[in-house]
Amino acid sequence: MFNKEIESMPEKKMKELQLERLKWSVNHAYTNVPFYKKKFDAAGFHPDQLKSLDDMKRVPFLTKQDMRDNYPYGLFAVPLSKVVRVHASSGTTGNATVVGYTKSDVNVFAEVVARCLAAYGVSENDVIQNAYGYGLFTGGLGLHYGSEKLGALTVPISGGNTPRQLMLFKDFGTTVLCSTPSYALNVADYIETKMPDFKIESTKLRVGVFGAEPWSEAMRAEIEKRLKIDAYDIYGLSEVIGPGVSCECSAKSGLHVHEDHFYVEIIDPDTGEVLPEGTKGEIVYTSLTKEAFPGIRYRSRDISMLYHDNCSCGRTLVKMEKVSGRSDDMLIIRGVNVFPSQVETILMEAEGTEPHYQIIVDRKGSMDDIEVMVEVNEKIFSDELKVLNNLSKNIADRFRSVLGITAKVTLVEPQTIPRSEGKAVRVVDKRKI
Amino acid sequence: MNVTQLSAFVSNKPGHLQKVLKALADENVNIVTLIVAETSDFGILRMIVNDSERGLKALRENNITCSVNDVLALEIDDKPGSLFNALDVFAKKNLNIEYMYAFTEKRDGRAVMIFRFEDIEAAKNALADSGYNIVRKIDLIGENK
Ligand SMILES: [Zn+2]
Repeated sequence: MFNKEIESMPEKKMKELQLERLKWSVNHAYTNVPFYKKKFDAAGFHPDQLKSLDDMKRVPFLTKQDMRDNYPYGLFAVPLSKVVRVHASSGTTGNATVVGYTKSDVNVFAEVVARCLAAYGVSENDVIQNAYGYGLFTGGLGLHYGSEKLGALTVPISGGNTPRQLMLFKDFGTTVLCSTPSYALNVADYIETKMPDFKIESTKLRVGVFGAEPWSEAMRAEIEKRLKIDAYDIYGLSEVIGPGVSCECSAKSGLHVHEDHFYVEIIDPDTGEVLPEGTKGEIVYTSLTKEAFPGIRYRSRDISMLYHDNCSCGRTLVKMEKVSGRSDDMLIIRGVNVFPSQVETILMEAEGTEPHYQIIVDRKGSMDDIEVMVEVNEKIFSDELKVLNNLSKNIADRFRSVLGITAKVTLVEPQTIPRSEGKAVRVVDKRKI
Repeated sequence: MNVTQLSAFVSNKPGHLQKVLKALADENVNIVTLIVAETSDFGILRMIVNDSERGLKALRENNITCSVNDVLALEIDDKPGSLFNALDVFAKKNLNIEYMYAFTEKRDGRAVMIFRFEDIEAAKNALADSGYNIVRKIDLIGENK
């Protein structure tokens, strides 16, 4: 463990630490950000009323819309002279959200990422090839600082240019790849179709650190098999800090939340009511130590569940279930809840491979119409029409049996589904409701 | 000897077939014969080309999904009943033809049919005693490939 004292702290002691830090953080937001003062006052809440963790339920939520409304610096709690870095999420709807970091925040960010890497068995002896995009997106610099903090040799290659990535695997003796999971599959595809002589076994690659988009267990199995690595989930969101909010460990089941910096609650997304451990719902985050951009009860839209399971790795930090999807990404099709991760699993089970796909939902008359576009790669291609027709039919059948919805499956050429920053755009909702 | 067929996945949209043809033309790959099996969304383009390896490479480099596989090229008389007779050989051995098409050019007044079998070797054995001329790759695509 990178920080044994914190990561294996008894639960009770952690709760005390959290309460102490919560008091500071909530007060910090209230005192230094007019937005919070106004919102808390309107809700009849004052930071002095925070006597126990249970009192958190009285604190109003922060939403993504609040962040957009305060673009760019409206929610900063320190003067800009103390802010040393900003990141921004690419807003597809409305303004981007901008987050700021003081020197201390940058250090916390690096610390939590270093803990994640250590949890995957990575150490200063590793060579980490960071293929996350460097820029306003938190992935690139987040992993970079964490990797340096750990003391590993850090290769800041950024995303894209697959032939060069492969060359550096060989030349630099890369042991760890950090990227989005869909990019990892791109790399595997590239090797198979364009560089059949490249033997991944002959490189030293052993660990993959994947995040920035939800991915399924089936996708993990495929990445591990094709790239001959152990693949681990790193989770985070820029509104909270970036990657490193939570991470998997050697158990590869559930992600330990870095609770000394982030207080997590699960709520019912419809009523806002706090749900007990072991119940599925929307995760809500409160920063405990952040100076520049405190986030108090931020509604992530991510669906998960919190639990303690005496993890075999020795960490006592609360675990969250691998995020099955954003409630934003969740589609309600003819009354059925559908997560993109379920679609991934269906595709994987139908064909044993996870092709790039996109779901398009539209409304024809009063009926929702769902189309699943699947890119045909060489693994699923056949010169026989019946094989491809069977593929479409299998996928459609599984949609019916697993999700109970009728979908039209359209096979399309490679590279026709748009990707942004290496992330596939999984869902297009054209319904005007 | 088998004939190598190059197949490609093409969306059923304007300009997509041309993308494949251009990729091959740019690498100087000549298409000897070509047929499209299509659905409303996509088509499978099946081609016999003068250099299937170079063709495969050219398509892959253009991100076109493709594959190569062996097909059986069979020479038959260009007269009524001769295709029936050939198919009869396969039917008797219970060999299922996945698909077939005719070669564009005739050879000395005889037609060439291309057959795709799941088990090409079994099909060849079936023909072995029946006096059919299995066309060798070299005859189809010329000596100077
Ligand atoms: Zn653990």
